[in-house]
Amino acid sequence: MAGSTLHDGSSPLNQAAKQTSDDAHGYYVAGEPLVDPVTPTGPIADRWTTRRFENRLVNPANRRKLDVIIVGTGLAGGAAAATLGEAGYNVKSFCYQDSPRRAHSIAAQGGINAAKNYKEDGDSVFRLFYDTVKGGDYRSRESNVYRLAEVSTNIIDQCVAQGVPFAREYGGLLDNRSFGGVQVSRTFYARGQTGQQLLLGAYQAMERQVAAGTVTQYTRHEMLELIVKDGVARGIVARDLVSGEIETHLADAVVLASGGYGNVFFLSTNAMGCNVTATWRAHRKGAYMANPCYTQIHPTCIPVSGEHQSKLTLMSESLRNDGRIWVPKKVEDCDKDPRDIPEEDRDYYLERIYPAFGNLVPRDIASRQAKNVCDEGRGVGPLVGDFRRGVYLDFTDAIERMGADVVKEKYDNLFDMYERITGENPYEVPMRIYPAVHYVMGGLWVDYHLQSNIPGLFVTGEANFSDHGANRLGASALMQGLADGYFVLPNTIRDYLADGPFEKITEDDEAVVEARRSVEKRVETFLSINGSRSADSYHRELGHIMWEYCGMERSEEGLRKAIDMIRELKKDFWTDLKVLGTADSLNQSLEKAGRVADFIELGELMCIDALNRRESCGGHFRAESQTEEGEALRHDEEFAYVAAWEFGGEDGSPVLHKEDLIYTAIEMKQRSYK
Amino acid sequence: MNLTLKIWRQQNPADKGGLKTYELGGVSEDMSFLEMLDVLNEQLNETGEEPVAFDHDCREGICGSCALMIDGQAHGPEVTTTCQLHMRSFKDGQTITIEPWRADAFPVIKDLVTDRSAFDRIIQAGGYISANTGSAPEANSVPAPRDKATRAFNVATCIGCGACVAACPNGSASLFLGAKITHLGELPQGQPERDGRVASMVAQHDAEGFGGCTNIGECTAACPKEIPLDVISQLNKDLRTAIRHGH
Ligand SMILES: Cc1cc2nc3c(=O)[nH]c(=O)nc-3n(C[C@H](O)[C@H](O)[C@H](O)COP(=O)(O)OP(=O)(O)OC[C@H]3O[C@@H](n4cnc5c(N)ncnc54)[C@H](O)[C@@H]3O)c2cc1C
Ligand code: SF4
Ligand code: FES
Repeated sequence: MAGSTLHDGSSPLNQAAKQTSDDAHGYYVAGEPLVDPVTPTGPIADRWTTRRFENRLVNPANRRKLDVIIVGTGLAGGAAAATLGEAGYNVKSFCYQDSPRRAHSIAAQGGINAAKNYKEDGDSVFRLFYDTVKGGDYRSRESNVYRLAEVSTNIIDQCVAQGVPFAREYGGLLDNRSFGGVQVSRTFYARGQTGQQLLLGAYQAMERQVAAGTVTQYTRHEMLELIVKDGVARGIVARDLVSGEIETHLADAVVLASGGYGNVFFLSTNAMGCNVTATWRAHRKGAYMANPCYTQIHPTCIPVSGEHQSKLTLMSESLRNDGRIWVPKKVEDCDKDPRDIPEEDRDYYLERIYPAFGNLVPRDIASRQAKNVCDEGRGVGPLVGDFRRGVYLDFTDAIERMGADVVKEKYDNLFDMYERITGENPYEVPMRIYPAVHYVMGGLWVDYHLQSNIPGLFVTGEANFSDHGANRLGASALMQGLADGYFVLPNTIRDYLADGPFEKITEDDEAVVEARRSVEKRVETFLSINGSRSADSYHRELGHIMWEYCGMERSEEGLRKAIDMIRELKKDFWTDLKVLGTADSLNQSLEKAGRVADFIELGELMCIDALNRRESCGGHFRAESQTEEGEALRHDEEFAYVAAWEFGGEDGSPVLHKEDLIYTAIEMKQRSYK
Repeated sequence: MNLTLKIWRQQNPADKGGLKTYELGGVSEDMSFLEMLDVLNEQLNETGEEPVAFDHDCREGICGSCALMIDGQAHGPEVTTTCQLHMRSFKDGQTITIEPWRADAFPVIKDLVTDRSAFDRIIQAGGYISANTGSAPEANSVPAPRDKATRAFNVATCIGCGACVAACPNGSASLFLGAKITHLGELPQGQPERDGRVASMVAQHDAEGFGGCTNIGECTAACPKEIPLDVISQLNKDLRTAIRHGH
């Protein structure tokens, strides 16, 4: 690493942020600054080792007496359940699907990063750390990210031992590829199904603990409330989705590994059931929500084909390695057969604007430029509303250069998937792609121990905000989920549990009774509004607002408008919702209603967060903050902080707590891809 | 296009259930099969009839949630999952019958939703490699022959949907079971527990009420991940070895 970026870690390289703009004035209340109470110090490379040693141990005989609830069975939750079960704690695991193996992590395609440096191409823990901080546009915490890079290597060892069938070379050793424009090959993969294989590894490890009696699994259960007694998290209220029964589960600690909330946009690449309910309920009980507006929009997804669309499908980023992206130069060519448009009438806009990086610019840039050309009326594909929302991803040159067989070998499963969905053959007609919401960097605020500001409540995986700053590198979410689940949480939660078992809490405790009653009341309300619109129709409408005003480009005016629209939508929802069926049986409309109600509230907070952050950073692009050439412009002196929002009450305004981001190992720089 | 749908409606496990007929218009051929059901459900909600319950999540063919018998075929007429099936595979005016998986080991919960937790219990019986977190050796310290690793991967792509069981006249889960046995058995890390694993997973399979395999092959024909029939030969071979070794 160049000398200018390496630092011994003793003194800060930047100053604390002082915000001078106040776009969100009137929408929020300023709160006390926030500091991570367990932030580590000392040389960055030693911090995690030191902390692991300092954190107290729990006597093996005591572990059996300690109950830990884990909501979520994706990589973050499944890995944690297995590991804490192996350690001998008494774990209760929850998921809304019919099996833990179906958690959304199963859908990840591309791969998982680890600083193994097997290719001897100059990779190292420090480089992965550096790339992640830079990729996150200097909006993440150095200590957390360094730890993530550090444990990444253990993850691969662990997964291989479990039988995860990673791709291998002829000599039988593990293969790597380069991913998402990174210059080193550090991505481990299992064809296009890496998430599936990693999740099955965690799932099987967890099922082994179910058999051993340390983990009890509650499938088809949805957490609907957090139980907080005397300011400490002590359990959850869940609905058995089959019988409809409202149950309370009490514990010494609660872990939320409930995934991301990208479905607030209605259309996203997330699974249909992905939701914010678990974290939003915790937020309403006092947990801070950090950087909720940071959303990652993935440039290569299959475009919307009509109003019926229920979700969007991601096409692996690797396609950009060989495909060329273009739109017609002339608006009048947009409904022509692309094969009839001559070369000189095509605009390979990424290659034109970014000659050095071309089609391999980062996700946010590729996405925004696709939006720009479509806004200009040069999009392709069917008209959706007044616009054509699609750009061509063309493999004609690649097929000429490498031959159809090589292209087939590399991309056949993706081409098949594309053809199955669109009915078009990409070997003959250029693919059409368009950006779609893919991942959220925002989530519940946690400290270095992954503990929220509510003692006893831990948050892992995509559900927390911790490691990716304002943008995430490809193949790093799987890494974070498994780092949190296998290696970080088990080593931090023990420091909390060392004080346990805590005083027993009973079913008739006021906090428990109150939490249960509020859930029962909410369920009754949904069933009794008896209006005219389905929860799904509200979800669609919310999604339109979010995508239009809080999507790829956000402006002060648009965000204000969105907030008003969401407030109206919320009123309408609570007066005109229609949910049929009963509370005491499987009722998918009822489940949906609860999720949509929470998405609406989250949507408002996302817009307020985006309004406050008058800068462009990572996945958040504010129209008011760009260079003359239209590139994103960060304002470190004002915004190098984590925005942690406290719930302001039913009709109150959210309270903003700022946690300064101080860099000691890496110097902040503006990104440039020109 | 316009369709006539005959859909299995069943209030709860105790209810007898039966097929009910619905007319649905305005279906576009770009819709997925499940989006077509979304449209029906929106229509039912408007007319005051409870929407049809069906399992689904990823809608990308990978989570294994979706599970419909369409005109008597598990996942319908194409080799894919129900969620990846599109309406262009059907014709205007067609009548489509939609039912849940039918198998003793997968009881119906409601409408098109069944209980497939038996699969989890089969995995609990030994479908894993025992490697506690933190105890793993360096990943490249044990090379795995590429052809074996590739075979392991190919069969590890099983999504646990249960179509193989639904398609099998005996209601056997041998394809699902064989896929896991083969995946773990092809890897060096899977050897120490190989005998015990197959013996206890087979015992659990039988205890759950899945039937025996008589080599009909309907399972592999219905499998959206094209898990090959030879995993069942592997399963039988491994079982014989285990018995020989005293399991
Ligand atoms: C299509 C796609 C491809 C991707 N590809 C990659 C990739 O190649 N590399 C990469 O690094 N990342 C990738 N990602 C991102 C990555 O997959 C996710 O960020 C990650 O898997 C999230 O894991 P998780 O464990 O935090 O949550 P999830 O896997 O989403 O699990 C959430 C769990 O919480 C449960 N749950 C949620 N709410 C409740 C509730 N209220 N009550 C009870 N249970 C609840 C669910 O049942 C589930 O078990 C991809 C994402 C998508 C959408
Ligand atoms: S073997 Fe095929 S049909 Fe059977 S559960 Fe696995 S993926 Fe489904
Ligand atoms: S919904 Fe996931 S496989 Fe069909």
